Amino acid sequence: MENFRNFNQISLSLSKGSTSCVDIVNHYLKNIKEKSHLNAFLEVFEKDALDQAKSVDEKLKKGSAGKLAGMVIGIKDVLCYKDHKVQASSKILEGFESQFTSTAVQKLIEEDAVIIGRLNCDEFAMGSSNENSAYGPVLNATDNQRVPGGSSGGCAVAVQANLCTATIGSDTGGSVRQPASFCGVIGLKPTYSRVSRFGLLAYASSFDVIGTFTNNIEDSALILETMAGQDQFDSTVSRNEVPTYSKNLTFEGKAKIGYIKETLNGEGINDEVRDNFLESINRFKAAGHDIEEVSLPLMKYALPTYYILITAEASSNLSRYDGVRYGYRSPNTKDMESLYKKSRSEGFGEEVRRRIMLGTFVLSASYYDAFYTKAQKVRNLIKEQVENLLSRYDFLIMPTSPTTAFKLGEHNQNPLEMYLADLFTVQASVAGIPAISIPNGKDSNGMDFGLQIMANFFEEEKLLAFSNCYLKNEWKI
Amino acid sequence: MSQPRDKYTVVIGLEIHAQLSTKSKIYSRDSTTFGSAPNTNVSVVTLAHPGTLPYLNKKVLDYAIKMGLACNSEITRKNIFCRKNYFYPDLPKGYQLTQDKTPICIGGTVLIRTKKGEKYVKLNRIHVEEDAGKSIHQNEETDTLVDLNRAGVALIEIVTEPDLGSAAEAAQTMMEIRKLVRYLDVCDGNMEEGSIRCDANVSIMPKCSTVFGPKVELKNMNSIKQIKNAIEHEIDRQVGIVEAGGEIISETRTYDPATGDSIGMREKEELNDYRYFPEPDLSPVYVTDEWLDEIRNELPVLPEQWRTKFIEEYGLPEYDTGVLTDSREIAKFFNAVCQETQNYKAASNWVMGPVKSYLNDHKIGIDDFPLTPKKLAELIELIDSGKISYSSASQQLFSAWIKTPKIAALEIAEKLNLIQESDSDSLEEVVREVVDKFPDKVKEYNKGKKGLIGMFMGEVMKATKGKADPKITNQLLRDKLESVG
Repeated sequence: MENFRNFNQISLSLSKGSTSCVDIVNHYLKNIKEKSHLNAFLEVFEKDALDQAKSVDEKLKKGSAGKLAGMVIGIKDVLCYKDHKVQASSKILEGFESQFTSTAVQKLIEEDAVIIGRLNCDEFAMGSSNENSAYGPVLNATDNQRVPGGSSGGCAVAVQANLCTATIGSDTGGSVRQPASFCGVIGLKPTYSRVSRFGLLAYASSFDVIGTFTNNIEDSALILETMAGQDQFDSTVSRNEVPTYSKNLTFEGKAKIGYIKETLNGEGINDEVRDNFLESINRFKAAGHDIEEVSLPLMKYALPTYYILITAEASSNLSRYDGVRYGYRSPNTKDMESLYKKSRSEGFGEEVRRRIMLGTFVLSASYYDAFYTKAQKVRNLIKEQVENLLSRYDFLIMPTSPTTAFKLGEHNQNPLEMYLADLFTVQASVAGIPAISIPNGKDSNGMDFGLQIMANFFEEEKLLAFSNCYLKNEWKI
Repeated sequence: MSQPRDKYTVVIGLEIHAQLSTKSKIYSRDSTTFGSAPNTNVSVVTLAHPGTLPYLNKKVLDYAIKMGLACNSEITRKNIFCRKNYFYPDLPKGYQLTQDKTPICIGGTVLIRTKKGEKYVKLNRIHVEEDAGKSIHQNEETDTLVDLNRAGVALIEIVTEPDLGSAAEAAQTMMEIRKLVRYLDVCDGNMEEGSIRCDANVSIMPKCSTVFGPKVELKNMNSIKQIKNAIEHEIDRQVGIVEAGGEIISETRTYDPATGDSIGMREKEELNDYRYFPEPDLSPVYVTDEWLDEIRNELPVLPEQWRTKFIEEYGLPEYDTGVLTDSREIAKFFNAVCQETQNYKAASNWVMGPVKSYLNDHKIGIDDFPLTPKKLAELIELIDSGKISYSSASQQLFSAWIKTPKIAALEIAEKLNLIQESDSDSLEEVVREVVDKFPDKVKEYNKGKKGLIGMFMGEVMKATKGKADPKITNQLLRDKLESVG
């Protein structure tokens, strides 16, 4: 049996007729069973996936299959899929089934991708190690003592361990890029508003973006061009035309690249990560690109700004989980007030409760201006600085994470320590620009480094092409 | 003798919520039909299922802008929506989507008329927001039922400045606003069904003072009369407290129409920090010049414009204009009648009298009235030309014609034998007969008992079955009686 690490291998097999979509799904189902100790999947849609695969095989025979026929996709447990459970890895949504399919997933299904199951993550996508799941941590497939990163840990591991072709996650402050980096796969966070958020369980609405995990750039491109675009159910989604990214994956010419000096001189960056990054700079130089040090003076404010704004939005977004209409309701309820207090206290995990309380605090009348208003202003300034830099440089690069995958339990006692894992990913989220994390070698423990590349708003085409050339080390200068 | 109340200035501001009559809700495509079975007008969006997003119904802004233009408000060009956060079972998302810092309409006025004359009541703002569902607390049941059909129905909140000085002014303002929303066809104005609701902020201060007293918010007033009574009661209550040396507590009070009294709500419910912040799930909405022009062109003739026309062009008295401009449809109908006849006062009398009572009796609107304005004008013409009398027209022909509006009025009048005898020859004959019949009365008449003319008139009418032209008959009778005497 072939390995099916990417869609190109699958397509070739299918076109040769040596395999069927059902075979491919069975192949992955077997892998999932063998590697169930990784705890990547919360639920495998075995029957539905096989049914879907059968109908795709029919279509393939008739020649009417969509462009993702044969692609098997896992979805993070924050994406709605009609008549399937969606729980955000939280007890508060225990047993909840969605009555509709998220736009992003729907578009993939319409192109005949098979949805194989829902993937473990930090509860409501809040976390950087996948240790905040109510259903247990996900293990890094390279070293089972280590975390896969978060919050989309299950997504990253599923691609890392070849449990499906690709996965769809969400990135609010690095939740796609950081686990992709920890697991040695490609994680793409598109521009904010590029993909409809309808059917994505909201964490921080003005940051949340649906992104992809893949083994190669072609698949990222293919999935993004399928998911992106207008949607009548999300008024904030961009009306910009969606390029066919997969058709143009060669970056031609010399790129002007900036690397942010504050990332290398700041606290918390691991020496091996720094060395790995400096090596990349040399590789770009050697390839003939212009690369220079740039400054983002507001860099140090990005993390506090991020945590103020996302907790504010989260505190409101998670108000709907109240035990009134669906989900967990405490059996210890006496009256209306205790219905709310007990259901929410018992249903949400510690980190979620912490962020709701922080968010409630920063929005409260007496502190609103000191925190929320100020953070909004800083966000605009950071956006301006980043835009300014990207008007002069094609790309900004930095390490995806200040460390490689750390050990389970290493940081989960001190939330502030954990928040530093987002140090390098929040800038792109605060600004709303597209960013990608690509595998960039391994450290002395054999754990993956990730290189993060950022481009200007809606420049995914350029970003993907450039990343593709870097990974293949094929330049046309 | 001066009353304690006369020592104080009353300050009232109103917050009026009007449910917009859009077919679907403000942030979803769910229906807004009133009276549907509980929890049937609810999709995943209304139910705030995980992953759902609001989607603005643009019609709602059209309606709000209409109201703003009618009140001469300034229209906000960049509209940002915001979240008002609080927990309640009838609020599915745990926050209400409303407008905070950028209300769609800023300022403006509403013209009211009271015994004291005209007054332009200043508005603070008009903004759009979503309604909550309904919590139904059943008697003797510990459970509360929640109906979310209303959740997400579009509202405009009209906030006046603290610009009203009496319960009468407050009631009048509410009446004018209700009239306006009905004219603009943005809300059905039904207070009993809660389509339009009013809260009042009431405070008092000594006559010489310029510092407002603590304000009390009155809720649960379901008719204009209740607004008036509740505010009167509140003023008395506050004056009573201050006169007795007490202090007014700033609070929310619920009016009980059954007792005429009000009850303070628990303080706890008021200590809410709503944590307003801009709604990240909705993009700001920009109102363009084109959009504004489009709405401006759709505006109907407003009550004030009709009023001016009715007074200046048709010479109607103040009272008539009040009745005729009460609803847009009546005003339009009346105006249409006036295109067909010059006798405007007669037209006014017909519309205010027989037409309105017919509508009331049959519980229908003027649009369902069987006679066209042109036909009503024909009726007036028949009377003016002396062919039929007003009384037979209003008592017989009007109702007969309504039943068979397709048949010509004259034909019906003939069939009913309503055509007036204005042929003096045949009338003279009748008059002579009547006079001959009562020689005693003739003598009395000529001795000075002139009132007997009525008796003779009656007899002539009896003989002619009411068809005699009263004017001519009167003249003939006088001539005859005097000649006999």
